[in-house]
Amino acid sequence: MNNGFSILVIDDEAQIRKLLEISLEANDYKVLFAVSGKEGITMSASHQPDLILLDLGLPDEDGQVILKKLREWYQNPIIILSVKSAEEEIVKALDSGANDYLTKPFRTQELLARIRTAMRNKTTVNNELTTIFGNCSVDFASRIVKANDEIIKLTATEYNLLALLIKNDGRVLTHQYILKEIWGQSYADQTQYLRVFVAQLRKKIEEDANRPKFIITESGVGYRFNSG
Amino acid sequence: MAKLSLKSTKNQYLISFLSVAIVSLLCLLVRDVIDYKVVGYLLLVVVSLLAIFLEIKAVLLGAILSVLALDYFFIKPYYTLHIDSAEDALLLILFFIIALINAVLTNKFRIMQRAIQIRETRTNTLKLYNTLLDSLSHELRTPIAAIIGSIDTLQQKNVNLSPETQQKLQNEIEKASMKLNYQVENLLNMSRLESGYIYPKLDWCDVKEIIYNVCDRLKEETRDHKITYEIDDKLPLFKLDYGLMEQIVYNLVYNATQHTPIGAHITISAKYEVDADYDSHIDLIKKCVITISDDGYGFPPEEIDKAFDKFYRFKEAKTGGTGLGLSIVKGFTEAQNGIITLSNAEEGGAVFELTFTVDCLPINSLDNE
Repeated sequence: MNNGFSILVIDDEAQIRKLLEISLEANDYKVLFAVSGKEGITMSASHQPDLILLDLGLPDEDGQVILKKLREWYQNPIIILSVKSAEEEIVKALDSGANDYLTKPFRTQELLARIRTAMRNKTTVNNELTTIFGNCSVDFASRIVKANDEIIKLTATEYNLLALLIKNDGRVLTHQYILKEIWGQSYADQTQYLRVFVAQLRKKIEEDANRPKFIITESGVGYRFNSG
Repeated sequence: MAKLSLKSTKNQYLISFLSVAIVSLLCLLVRDVIDYKVVGYLLLVVVSLLAIFLEIKAVLLGAILSVLALDYFFIKPYYTLHIDSAEDALLLILFFIIALINAVLTNKFRIMQRAIQIRETRTNTLKLYNTLLDSLSHELRTPIAAIIGSIDTLQQKNVNLSPETQQKLQNEIEKASMKLNYQVENLLNMSRLESGYIYPKLDWCDVKEIIYNVCDRLKEETRDHKITYEIDDKLPLFKLDYGLMEQIVYNLVYNATQHTPIGAHITISAKYEVDADYDSHIDLIKKCVITISDDGYGFPPEEIDKAFDKFYRFKEAKTGGTGLGLSIVKGFTEAQNGIITLSNAEEGGAVFELTFTVDCLPINSLDNE
């Protein structure tokens, strides 16, 4: 039984490897292991896994360095495992090309969901002209957003922000990345724009702006769109 | 003079020299009216006073200077160190010996006092350590016991557990793990605070979003409580640390759920205050005020001051706790230059008020692109 996807786990903790082996194999993934950064790089070159789970706290080399080395040639998704309250580390890793992150202790269901999202984004390029989430629909050609079949008025910036989030469905985008994409390089530190526009956008597309279902805040890191 | 630090040795010598010099000079002005023996007593008082405040070496300097000043300026013949009468010589020697005894005795007394203080601190540390061990072992072992116990029951081979029972045991394991995680998180945060490792990363924060986000994470814990939100719709963005603010709100709401009866109301309010700054005429001081209150039992008035103390647990406390949650709240609040106060509401229940005087940005200022 195998769904054809192979996952390389680079982690020095035996207990975490065991847990991941059981949970991932139960979900029909083929699991490979590396216990150090060096071994991880060799393994990823020789086995070409479909996805890598990389622990940032490795004994032999800084996880960030391993990530950069991997990204020189490795194209498939990389998901980072990190300890909590290390937002700066996480942001750095995402900026260096990691696709997603999870903080320990993490829930297995959450991990599996992230893996599925990363795989989906890898196999399907999001070129669709319309998207539906909840009661909302977005037509990218005409730039029309509807909720319950009624047109919602969005400003140009609000629309661009929403479109960027939707194009990266399921993926966490850092504050700086969004700011650069929407407002431009010189706005990279102006998080106030992002906070205000996210709040406005939520009021327009979320059923309850205070309990958002689609635009999820990733504390200290950025935002993630969750189409459900 | 008043700002001279007593800690530096150089300052100590300076104070010693100046005190003797000033008293000697004053006496010199009235030398014709007073007897030199009176001057001797006066200088003795000066040296004794010095012994109370200064280290022994500085006191010795004062004693020697006093003897020389007494001899040179006040014992005839003036302005020589020569002494005519044996009586005066004896007086000088006695003066020096008394000054010395004073200095040495005071010094000894001070060393003894310091030893007692160190011993007391040690006893207190030991007591604190024992309290910590007590509450920690309780708070960590209870969930561990629940996890091990549940797993043992699940693994029993000769007993057939119904799916519902299995589900219940699994839920217990989950709850216990989450509790364990919370306590470990608190311990880690405490050590971050203790080591001075906290550097707030100030950025524009949507306080409203933080509050709703945290309460969403506490869905399970707040299920038996009624939460009311009183959040100003026009609440501006404030420059705070997002992660620290989350932890503060989390601990306060979690604390309220743990120490109030089922069905109790928890009210979370967030507003901003504007004070006119009369000095600059332009700037207004903006404050972010977050209040988390409940209608539970409140805090015992005689112990309320100790609520934020590390490892402090109330004498009558029914539910557990390491006594870390609130001290972390205080530490994180102060790390962002905030102030936290705790009081009991008139109608009962605890009121935590957080006030941050920080940069703010009205949300509508960015409305028009």
